[in-house]
Amino acid sequence: MATREEILEPLATRTRAPLPVRLLKGTTNFMVRKPLGAFGAAIILAMVFMALAAPWISGDPNKWHISETMYGPSWKFWLGTNDLGQDMWAMIVRGARVSLYVGFLAVALGSCTGGVIGLVSAYYGGKVDMSIQRLMDALMAIPTLILALAIMAALGQSLNNVVLAIGIVQIPRANRIVRSQALSVKESEFALAARSIGAGDFRIMVYHILPQCMAPWLIIASAALGTAIISEASLSFLGMGVPPTVPTWGGMLSTRGREFFIQNPWMAIWPGVAISLAVYGFNLFGDALRDVLDPRLRGL
Amino acid sequence: MTEYILRRLLLGVLTAFLVSILVFTLLRIAPGDVVDAILGGEGEVYSDEVREALREQLGLNRPLPVQYLTFMRDFVTLQWGESLRNNTEIWPQIQKKLPITLELSVMTLLISVFMGIPIGTLMALYRDSWVDYLLRVFSLAGLSIPNFWSATMIVLGGAFFLNWSPRLEYISPLEDPRANFIMFFWPALAAGWVGQATQARMMRSTMLEVLRQDYIRTAHAKGLQYYVVVYRHALKNALLPVITIIGITVALILGGTVIIETIFQLPGLSRYLVQSLQNWDYTVVQTVVLFLSIWIVLSNLVVDLAYGWLDPRIRYD
Repeated sequence: MATREEILEPLATRTRAPLPVRLLKGTTNFMVRKPLGAFGAAIILAMVFMALAAPWISGDPNKWHISETMYGPSWKFWLGTNDLGQDMWAMIVRGARVSLYVGFLAVALGSCTGGVIGLVSAYYGGKVDMSIQRLMDALMAIPTLILALAIMAALGQSLNNVVLAIGIVQIPRANRIVRSQALSVKESEFALAARSIGAGDFRIMVYHILPQCMAPWLIIASAALGTAIISEASLSFLGMGVPPTVPTWGGMLSTRGREFFIQNPWMAIWPGVAISLAVYGFNLFGDALRDVLDPRLRGL
Repeated sequence: MTEYILRRLLLGVLTAFLVSILVFTLLRIAPGDVVDAILGGEGEVYSDEVREALREQLGLNRPLPVQYLTFMRDFVTLQWGESLRNNTEIWPQIQKKLPITLELSVMTLLISVFMGIPIGTLMALYRDSWVDYLLRVFSLAGLSIPNFWSATMIVLGGAFFLNWSPRLEYISPLEDPRANFIMFFWPALAAGWVGQATQARMMRSTMLEVLRQDYIRTAHAKGLQYYVVVYRHALKNALLPVITIIGITVALILGGTVIIETIFQLPGLSRYLVQSLQNWDYTVVQTVVLFLSIWIVLSNLVVDLAYGWLDPRIRYD
């Protein structure tokens, strides 16, 4: 018969691997199980690198090479030049900054606000819930792009107003998903137990209910990133987004891109490729995240 | 049932009321107004007296609550008034433009349903195989490629390879059904590709869930042919939850028409709205937005009712 030491010995030596090793293992595991998701993550990382390293990997997007307009891709201008002779590679790289900035900030703003509203609304219920949810219904009853356009018209054109407009549009969705989750968690025994030992409303909401709502919230937020980038591009495309002096992907596709795209199709092709790839990356990654975190939510 | 419909309608009225306040407020806090659009910006040709006189004439210097109440009274009594910008009556404009947006939306919806549901079903049947991956790549691409770009590429491709360009004037389906269909097909395809993604994704997950059920195993066990099990037993039940998604798609599609109508030069309601928004044409914008949101609220109600009709297990209370 094995002694106590013989049984315990292998358990004692089985220490947890250091954090970097575990992270690496987790990453490779994700890559093997969700190849499409890993591909999406790679696109996102490449885009972040492009945005951060913009001044070192491209020239000045605002310089007009007057004698070299409407070029196709070449060694000097990787993606060609537009009708003013601006280097399109430089513009695309700068556009990545705007798209990422707007995407992350708008989603952070919209999803966080929506999440908090949903949590409070579910927790207090009754009249509070009723009035908050009717306001959310009203926000959902206006087509998102039209609402964003109206907010832009009210606030005026600037980068941070675009963040605000797209953020506000995202609020109702995050609200709805967190609210429905919080409604069921609120009734659970551990929330009741917390209340019975005298925990306050704030404590119960933040420490007991909120952690249970994180998975669906994260899924909605990751899906919202792609939508936010498309919305930003759509606003710029309609000429109601970031001021036209700032190079953005949507802006490149609007007036000029549409005026000259028959003469130089590259002017319309590159910005579209950039937007599509970026959003595709976020969608693939978000889809994989959804599968991993919560299989029940795959349809949302 | 009647009570349920009535309650939903009342909630719908409340929603529309909140939308009207929201839009009204947004437009009033906007810098600049329709006077700038008509006379040019501040400090240009016209003096402040002229500007004030025009504001007075358009009723823009009345107190805001009065302006709001007038707007609501006119909307409810269906006297939708005229555009501030060019004195055209709003109602005839909507009558003219609504069929275009309606036709575009219906075709988009049809394309997205007829693409999304088969794609989702196939993805579930061939789960985690190359068919699943390939279809998922195609389906997600629709959600990722902005519709203004796919639309631009269609126009570009048409111009380069087929020497085709979108017709600039609207052709009524009564005049020439074929030309009308072609006119709407490409825009609807660009917009429908976006809409199918959510439906395909939902279809895939509900189908996977249904395929795991006991009665499916029973159906296989009693020797039914594969496709009979899939079509008669699985598909019918898997379709139900997807129908709710169609309600959400209506709002998505209406938002998408803003861009599609601009690119394909379709003189629809959304294009009218964007043009009016750029001119601070308050009366048109608030009326059209309110109209669209009532449209969305009603279509959501219809979808929910259809859901109960298709699935008798659903009880309204």
